[in-house]
Amino acid sequence: MADLSAAPLDATRAHYLALTRQRRLYGGIMLLVFVLLMASGFGIANDRNAGGFLPGLPHIFDFPAGVISEAWTKRANLPDHLRNALPALVETINIAAVATLFGAFFAILLSMFATRGLAPWPRLIPVFRRIMDLMRAVPEIVIALVLIFVLGGGPVPAAIAIAFHTVGALGKLFSEVNENADQKPLEGLASVGAIWPQRMLLGLVPQVAPNWFSYALLRFEINIRASAILGFVGAGGIGYELKNAISWGQGKFDEAAAVFILLFLTIVFFDQLSSYVRNRLTYGSDKGAGK
Amino acid sequence: MSFVSPSDDPRHMHNRAAAMIARKRLLTFVAPLFVLGYFVYIFFAFDIMGLAERARLDNAVTLVSDTYSYKTVVERNNRTGEIGVAVEGERKGTYDASNYPGWVTVGEDAALITLDDGGTIEIVGDIVRYDVPGFGVVEATQNRTDGVKLNLDTADLPDWISYSKTRVTITTDAARLSLTKARTEVFVYDFGWELFWVTLDSPYSGHSLMEVLTGPQLDPTRPNIAGAWHDFWNNAIWRHGETAWALFETILMAFLGTFGAAIVALPLAFMAAKNFAPFMAVRMLARRLFDFLRGVDGLIWTILLSRAFGPGPMTGALAMLFTDTGSFGKLFSEALENVDSKQIEGIASTGAKPMQRYRFGVIPQIVPVLLSQVLYFLESNTRSATIIGAITGGGIGLLLTQAMITQKDWEEVTYYIILIILMVMGMDTISSWLRRKLIKGD
Repeated sequence: MADLSAAPLDATRAHYLALTRQRRLYGGIMLLVFVLLMASGFGIANDRNAGGFLPGLPHIFDFPAGVISEAWTKRANLPDHLRNALPALVETINIAAVATLFGAFFAILLSMFATRGLAPWPRLIPVFRRIMDLMRAVPEIVIALVLIFVLGGGPVPAAIAIAFHTVGALGKLFSEVNENADQKPLEGLASVGAIWPQRMLLGLVPQVAPNWFSYALLRFEINIRASAILGFVGAGGIGYELKNAISWGQGKFDEAAAVFILLFLTIVFFDQLSSYVRNRLTYGSDKGAGK
Repeated sequence: MSFVSPSDDPRHMHNRAAAMIARKRLLTFVAPLFVLGYFVYIFFAFDIMGLAERARLDNAVTLVSDTYSYKTVVERNNRTGEIGVAVEGERKGTYDASNYPGWVTVGEDAALITLDDGGTIEIVGDIVRYDVPGFGVVEATQNRTDGVKLNLDTADLPDWISYSKTRVTITTDAARLSLTKARTEVFVYDFGWELFWVTLDSPYSGHSLMEVLTGPQLDPTRPNIAGAWHDFWNNAIWRHGETAWALFETILMAFLGTFGAAIVALPLAFMAAKNFAPFMAVRMLARRLFDFLRGVDGLIWTILLSRAFGPGPMTGALAMLFTDTGSFGKLFSEALENVDSKQIEGIASTGAKPMQRYRFGVIPQIVPVLLSQVLYFLESNTRSATIIGAITGGGIGLLLTQAMITQKDWEEVTYYIILIILMVMGMDTISSWLRRKLIKGD
């Protein structure tokens, strides 16, 4: 039997307490650094802003109040404005949908090329990964602005820009999904002489399609927001209408209000839809339906 | 069990399987058809046919050639007779008479330009002669009364010469010559980004890095390294200093927005989680608040807030903070609902008070999840900050849109794009490194 004398136990306890103290100290220092960073960052941002935070704070509701009061006095026009803004809204949603479809298609291809065990050219996996990283890193606005210069304003530059980014973003998520796929069906298909597209279509897609769909749906919701923002910098759709109504200033605030309402309802609708459908996909129909 | 439920009946199972397969088969045909039909609709809705007409391929060509080359302009003002040589035709890139580039000699109301392909362009008063290799001399004259004249048969010109009564333009691979009554301009293209390090008015222009570092003092008033750094940082064309500030501002926006949102969202998330907020009303209120914050998109928040706070990085940070509070609130409350209650019970069994139960029972369980979400958002917000900056007027997004609006400095646009991509990739690397370090603890 081991002799459990008091001395080593004390040493262990002292050691443990010292470790705990050290951890607490590190945690405290990290917290302090974080608080300092936040505070000084806020100070810098405040200094470089045109108007300060505190002077602006009382006026935070001025603009919404102005918009609402004007929209209220001209509330008879609101249904007309809503109807007029509807085509622009459809365009915004179309941009997002086209970008998501194309983006998801190429993301599927790239993700297969970039996953070990699936790639037809395993040596090129790092290359395809870097390509996806690069595509993910490019903000939509960069491509959109360049393409607007070349192709002129309209929905196409925005759709291409969003699709480009979507390929990178979805490609990464898809390849993570692919990594968890069971290799056995693929091996089985290979053993009967299936070529690469057959193996992917029959062995991989049935396993991962629900996950792909879930991510693509989430992306669609993000892309609607992106497409609205790109409209604001000149790519058509509801963002463009919003910009026009707002830069007109007082007098067109009722139109701006109509656009605000449409945009808000659309985003909330797709947000709820995507989270509902994704819940159903993850937890099965029972919990999803009961939620 | 001997009891067979109707759903286990083999015939029933067979029928069910057959129905499922039929449905799947239908889906595999209908879904692609539906997508195809949608694309046909989009083809007309987006006016893809009209795109070919609207597309400005000449814009694309200037854009691409500008990204890797620059032009030096030799210009004669035909009213005053003055001749000047300037990079990109900018005042800050103007050569003074002592340091003209080697390929141009400027004399009394005359200039001779020797091109890379052996051709020469000579400006003599109101006459300009372009000796094109393999073609011959093209001579153009202008005067105030008759306009522009050419020594060739203007009815039968090669397609690289365009002529009208007011303007002659000759475009070759080596140079572009344009002559109007107002001015004679020769554009000579060179590879690279012009004056990237220092502008021509700096004493360090034209010296190599080694000369600046180890050579004799070039500016008597300043040490070489400090002076060169100052001239580089304050380069009037590329504005490296301002660009660095703009990048910092963009990252600052993302940082403040993301972490600010996380701090605000955490307590609210407790109110929205089923297992922590016993009152249905509180839960609903918190959840609707999150939906509202998320639904009023970053774009609308940016517009609303910039009315109150003016344009700048803080407005962008606050806009992101508002939207992300909604996203984080939802994510955090879902994470809280998935917390294992055994750990909390264990802490409670030692007699811990509610605060201690949260501190030791809940926080250690959710911190890794939350931290990973927050860090993931930090990277994606760096991209959003670029876009929001373009709208609210702060950071690198603003510089990018400004450079694009002028539609001439595409090399600067390229510079900013490269910096933006590097910044986003850098933030991506940092955030995934932090995630690994803080969560997995390697």
